[in-house]
Amino acid sequence: MLQKEYIHIALADDDEDDRLFFTDAFSELKMKTKVDTFKDGHELMLYLNQEDAILPQVLFLDLNMPRKNGMECLQEIKANPRFDSMAIAIYSTSSSEEHIEETFVLGANIYIKKPSDFNALKKVLSDVVTLNWQYHTSGLNKDNFLLRM
Amino acid sequence: MKLYVKFDFTTICRKVLEEQLQHFNHKFRIPAFGEVEFLEPLQPQEMEELTAALQGYGIEVIENQKTALVQKIKDTITEMVFGEEAPTVKASVYLAEKLNHSYGYLSNVFSEVTYTSIENYIIIQKIELAKQLIVNAKMSLTEIAFQLNYSSVAHLSTQFKNTTGITPSQFQRIIAKRRDLSNQK
Repeated sequence: MLQKEYIHIALADDDEDDRLFFTDAFSELKMKTKVDTFKDGHELMLYLNQEDAILPQVLFLDLNMPRKNGMECLQEIKANPRFDSMAIAIYSTSSSEEHIEETFVLGANIYIKKPSDFNALKKVLSDVVTLNWQYHTSGLNKDNFLLRM
Repeated sequence: MKLYVKFDFTTICRKVLEEQLQHFNHKFRIPAFGEVEFLEPLQPQEMEELTAALQGYGIEVIENQKTALVQKIKDTITEMVFGEEAPTVKASVYLAEKLNHSYGYLSNVFSEVTYTSIENYIIIQKIELAKQLIVNAKMSLTEIAFQLNYSSVAHLSTQFKNTTGITPSQFQRIIAKRRDLSNQK
């Protein structure tokens, strides 16, 4: 039964090409996923704050976005216990060590440096969702869920 | 007198299924022939009752058998990793003996249901235990490596880094900073 369910995924990214690559990559993976995308943090938070919103299992956040950036979204999300079930993946072009550690400390679970080629992207996304599924189904402590790719 | 009847199997099966499912106080839907979706997960006890009830009509719950086997595999691995006594044989041999299936079969079912391999799952479990010990028990890496049957600290560190992308000491530092941050609030 469980494996028949869809895994809900969301991405907030202002780059249209990146959003397209992302949804394409998921559509080519074996897993059953439903992917929602948002143009910026503002649009994302409007959606998440609706009471009946389906919360994604994994939320991918670009850091540099207009109106509301990824860092602001991360902090808002972490301040609200309603979002505790979501794993947060930072999805960024930056690979500055300082940046990475800061997002982890603020509560991100995953840090992904955007891969430049499509196959690498597929592999990364598949690994992230698989590992998240383990946390979901195997009673692992989510506070210790830190992954850098 | 003789009567001739014509069966509509789809309707019959659907009706039987619906009647049996209604005994359980859970919302469900039948999205397609041969599929039932519960809006919330059933307790193991209820699952057994449902399986038994359906069996009387020749209806077999298929997914559940695989899911149940995967659960047994996971339980056995947890026992292996978290238990006091580490098994002396290889994990594949241990699992096959304990669960009475060939390792090939176990590993196929496991991958099909969880999207990951048994080997990978064992590594994840060990690294999770290492994280717990780092955070809670304040054990040194040497002690942790010894307890988890790694041949050396280097081996544990490498596997930790390969699995999580960060080193054990980075992990420790991030968790400590998070705690400081939440204490400030």
